[in-house]
Amino acid sequence: MIPAAFEYKRAGSVDEALSLLREYGDDAKVLAGGHSLLPLMKLRLATPSVLVDVGRIGELSYISLDGNEVAIGALSRHRDLQTSELLISRVPILAHVAGLIGDPQVRHRGTIGGSLSHGDPASDLPAVILALGGTLVVRSAARGERRIEAGNFWRGFLETALEPDELLCEIRVPIPEGAFSYQKFNRRAQDWAIVGVAAQANHSVAVSLVNMAATPVRARAVEEALSQGASPADAASLAAVDLDPPSDINGSSEYRRHLATVLVRRSLEEILGG
Amino acid sequence: MRVSVKVNGRLYENEVEGRTLLVHYLRGVLGLTGTNIGCDTSSCGACTVLMDGESVKSCTVLAVQADGAEITTIEGMAQPDGSLHPIQKAFWDNHGLQCGYCTPGMVMATASLLKENPHPSEEEVRMGLEGNLCRCTGYHNIVKSVLAAAATMDGQTEAVRS
Amino acid sequence: MTVTEQSTNTVLGQRLVRKEDPALLSGEAQFVHDIQLPGALYMAIVRSPYAHARIRSIDLSRALASPGVVAAFTGSDLQGEWAQPMPCAWPVTKDMRNPAHYPLAVDQVCYVGDAVAVVLATSNALAQDAREAVEVDYEELEAVVDLEDAASDRVVIHPELSTNISYVWELSPDKEAVDRAFSSAAHIVSERYVQQRLIASAMEPRGVLAVPHPFGGEYTLYSATQIPHILRVMLGVTLGIPESKLRVVAPAVGGGFGSKLNVYAEELLAMALARRIRRPIRWHEERSEGALSTVQGRGMIQNIELAADADGKVTAVRVSLLADMGAYLQLVTPGVPLLGGFLYHGVYDVPAYSFKCTGVFTTKTPTDAYRGAGRPEATYAIERAMDALARKVGVDPVEIRRRNYIPSDKFPYSSAAGLVFDSGNYSNALDKALSLVGYDELRAEQARRRSSSSTKHLGIGISSYVEMCGLAPSRVLASLDYSAGGWESATVRVLPTGKVQVVTGTSPHGQGHETSWSMIVAEKLGVSFDDVEVLHSDTAVSPNGMDTYGSRSLSVGGTAVWLASERVLDKARAIAAHQLEVAEEDLEFKDGSFAVRGTPDRSMPLAAVAFEAFTAHNLPDGMEPTLEASVTWDPPNFTFPFGTHIAVVEVDEETGKVQLLRYIAVDDCGNQINPLIVEGQLEGGIAQGAAQALWEEAVYDDRGNLLTTTFADYLVPSAAELPSMEMASTVTPSPTNPLGVKGVGEAGTIGSTPAVMNAVVDALSHIGVSNLDMPASPQRVWQAIAAARSGSGSEGRM
Repeated sequence: MIPAAFEYKRAGSVDEALSLLREYGDDAKVLAGGHSLLPLMKLRLATPSVLVDVGRIGELSYISLDGNEVAIGALSRHRDLQTSELLISRVPILAHVAGLIGDPQVRHRGTIGGSLSHGDPASDLPAVILALGGTLVVRSAARGERRIEAGNFWRGFLETALEPDELLCEIRVPIPEGAFSYQKFNRRAQDWAIVGVAAQANHSVAVSLVNMAATPVRARAVEEALSQGASPADAASLAAVDLDPPSDINGSSEYRRHLATVLVRRSLEEILGG
Repeated sequence: MRVSVKVNGRLYENEVEGRTLLVHYLRGVLGLTGTNIGCDTSSCGACTVLMDGESVKSCTVLAVQADGAEITTIEGMAQPDGSLHPIQKAFWDNHGLQCGYCTPGMVMATASLLKENPHPSEEEVRMGLEGNLCRCTGYHNIVKSVLAAAATMDGQTEAVRS
Repeated sequence: MTVTEQSTNTVLGQRLVRKEDPALLSGEAQFVHDIQLPGALYMAIVRSPYAHARIRSIDLSRALASPGVVAAFTGSDLQGEWAQPMPCAWPVTKDMRNPAHYPLAVDQVCYVGDAVAVVLATSNALAQDAREAVEVDYEELEAVVDLEDAASDRVVIHPELSTNISYVWELSPDKEAVDRAFSSAAHIVSERYVQQRLIASAMEPRGVLAVPHPFGGEYTLYSATQIPHILRVMLGVTLGIPESKLRVVAPAVGGGFGSKLNVYAEELLAMALARRIRRPIRWHEERSEGALSTVQGRGMIQNIELAADADGKVTAVRVSLLADMGAYLQLVTPGVPLLGGFLYHGVYDVPAYSFKCTGVFTTKTPTDAYRGAGRPEATYAIERAMDALARKVGVDPVEIRRRNYIPSDKFPYSSAAGLVFDSGNYSNALDKALSLVGYDELRAEQARRRSSSSTKHLGIGISSYVEMCGLAPSRVLASLDYSAGGWESATVRVLPTGKVQVVTGTSPHGQGHETSWSMIVAEKLGVSFDDVEVLHSDTAVSPNGMDTYGSRSLSVGGTAVWLASERVLDKARAIAAHQLEVAEEDLEFKDGSFAVRGTPDRSMPLAAVAFEAFTAHNLPDGMEPTLEASVTWDPPNFTFPFGTHIAVVEVDEETGKVQLLRYIAVDDCGNQINPLIVEGQLEGGIAQGAAQALWEEAVYDDRGNLLTTTFADYLVPSAAELPSMEMASTVTPSPTNPLGVKGVGEAGTIGSTPAVMNAVVDALSHIGVSNLDMPASPQRVWQAIAAARSGSGSEGRM
């Protein structure tokens, strides 16, 4: 399968990328690792007329400590996250989950920025960034930099708060204190999660869900019950409250709701003890 | 658009369309047909090559993205005199292939896996090959082959020419 | 002399590494897409997005104006190209209904993926661009997806047939005996199983390259096919080209599993367009396209009933199938379910037998052979039903099998279905499997888990299978109305220098025939394994052949090679005797050389004989020059491999997820030429069969859309999902061929699906789950558990 023809624009720097995005805006798609976009283009489900390749912007590939936060350049690859000593010691959930994405070849190419910007609710990283309470730093040529809380970034299925001329440049996550758990439920190792759960203990416990809605979502009812002293099992029973997850060939909405309660319970037991 | 790519140690410069996939560039432009295409969705890994030493699925990389990169394909694994790379030899010795269509991708994925983890357990081999499908072997002998290659190479993963 | 009598094999039975491999490992092997040919045009095919629709009009004008496009055609444009519709070679009944099926649909499309137009362009990318520009106006008609709905004729798919029933085929040698057995039975088991549709998913998609020769009206077709010889015949007949003008080459072929055992629209289109445009035409199937355009496997509803006495001894088996043909009959579509029709009593000594199959059309991709073709379905049904019987009688699954096996002293065994099983020792394989798996310890562990509060249940599944393969003799195939023979041909040619060429009519695509045939010749002629070259899969080199499918190649084609070698040796002996001036009986053939008994210094190596045969200076009177012999072998019977497989699974009650923990296989394929290859065939087959049980399904929605067109949705398992397998064998030689061999290509698939499903059901039997459809996906298992727990039955259907 071969993508439909497009105009290829390579950005050598963030500024260059931003000016290309200002120029081509709506008609353009940003190409980073390409592992979300290129499969869609090959199937001709996406036919952008311009592709802005940001993959070579070296200045966006870093993982560094910045006070109480870790700052991650948007072009850091999953494999970079997986093997980052800094993440392994300070934000281990991120390193761990990066190692569960797709397969090794995908992890060698796919980037955190690409994954978050694509906004697939079945992806692993968005839910983790959400549970960590991360912030997304985006820039545009016209309006400069703005910071978006993870909770406000995903707006709908494959829909984010990014404007057509904006580029996600950095992801900032506060360093958590406590244990974490990530429960990825799928049928084959390389597949997307049918349901996933990211749980991170910090001062309180944050729980977010993969593939339970059009966007990654926090399981607020679970978090609240826990803060009021509920047992993991009791709290987990609220995992799917108010959620209407999708039905597809891997699972009905009802099955996903059930899975969410099981997986949330397991994740809480893992970090809090049975 | 002009790309300059070093493939199996040799530099190539060609004019390509933006939409040309790396695998089509390797096969169609350079005539390196050892890399196979098995699917449309980056699922099967038949097209795996090394890009700057790491395994990638060449059906999901544009040729323009490989501009300036070093690529190793299956054709670059054996020595110029035809003697097989220890990974290829291990697949041969352990009957790690039947129809052979997934084999170039398996070998390249193995090269990358053993570079990252020179002494994998069986479990790590199985997980490390999660992105490569084979329909003939049931993976039994592929896993054996990879473990045998790891033992032979004993950490000498730089045997891959580039 | 047969191999079974021979105790001093030097080559046969060794675990030699394959001579095919270096080319495949280095990227040098040429698959059809690797063949470079300047000036070829790329063909892209416009396919129907509707399962059932009338074609109102097709507008090619935008496509024709698209860059690089050389030509584009609709079905009616090409109607003059076909001498007859696409072939179905297995009219299973005299009144079988077979709708006319052309490479491009003309008025009506009958499945999503049905081809309606074709575009030729100078590159693949431009052909794909132009494909998007073809405009087709459809009038959508109602899809017919469900088999029982199809059989009701609520919507008739092919109006000219006035029904969706293609045929009804029955095998009931003694119906009254069956009825009597059921009326006097102490136990009756009545089960309904669904064989979901599968997508073969050979790693190499299909591909063709049709080359018109500049003069003389000749053509070469390169195709990723299992059947170059049969394809050549069918191309000739369908295109109206004399067969003598056609050469078909199957280059390196990346797996088939039955899906490349066909005559496809794309092969015919490429040939017809090569003839029309006078340029080479190539087509590369895309994976998601192939999900629609390559035949699918299985697809049937099985009703199986067992009558048994109070001890659980089965007295009759009665089977009724509803088999999904898909939209049209492809090469052997209607016959596939019938290949299992003789085997629904499995490995059991059952005196009364009745089988009936109704083939129905649906608006889905045609079905056809898929690894095992009919036999996995049969084995699945009987092995699951035997477990159901064991539960009913209240005995262990092992015990119910022991009580019913055909005893080893009853071979050759004449079955109630009319077959003669060549040889077998079923309890032997079972014993070995039980001991390997540690059956009693596992049952104890299962009980321990059940008595604790564990939600991870252990299941042990047993499957004993027998299959019939090496489909032959031709005479029996005639009685089944199959339009081809069951023979295979081989030529063995000792070249003047002593090197050996073997020409075989088989067409390997992963099975390692070059290696095995070389071993057979090396054994017989005493030449080095490396000095044997095997030529195959090119009708110009190997004009006579029946190709590779149905686990036939070794027992039929390998035997032909053995017999041809024997003939070569006979001729060589006559020449050597003549030259050494002794009687033939005074010669001894050893280590590749003829020596005079008692005077070993008077000897003549085979290479020297070959040179004498080449120069022909001094041959016995009347003998033809050259050392070469050809044999076409038509075996007297099928072969009947068998074995017992045991799967051990863990089922997570909370999520429904099944983990395959262990897999033990004890198989008996008679003598083994190369155990390395035998095990490889079995392991791959086991993975494929287990995949049917746990992962794979071609899912259609109500409108006939296939929802699993990519490997992201159609779940071919990876190494990460499967365990290493524990393999063992027993050896019961087949008496029907001199090598004593049986087929092995499909055995793994046949044994494994029921073993895994029986294990899943076994894990949950204490909860009350007794039935479960495939694949045992987490959701389906979870639903079955929930239904059983709530007491609302154990049906796990969604």
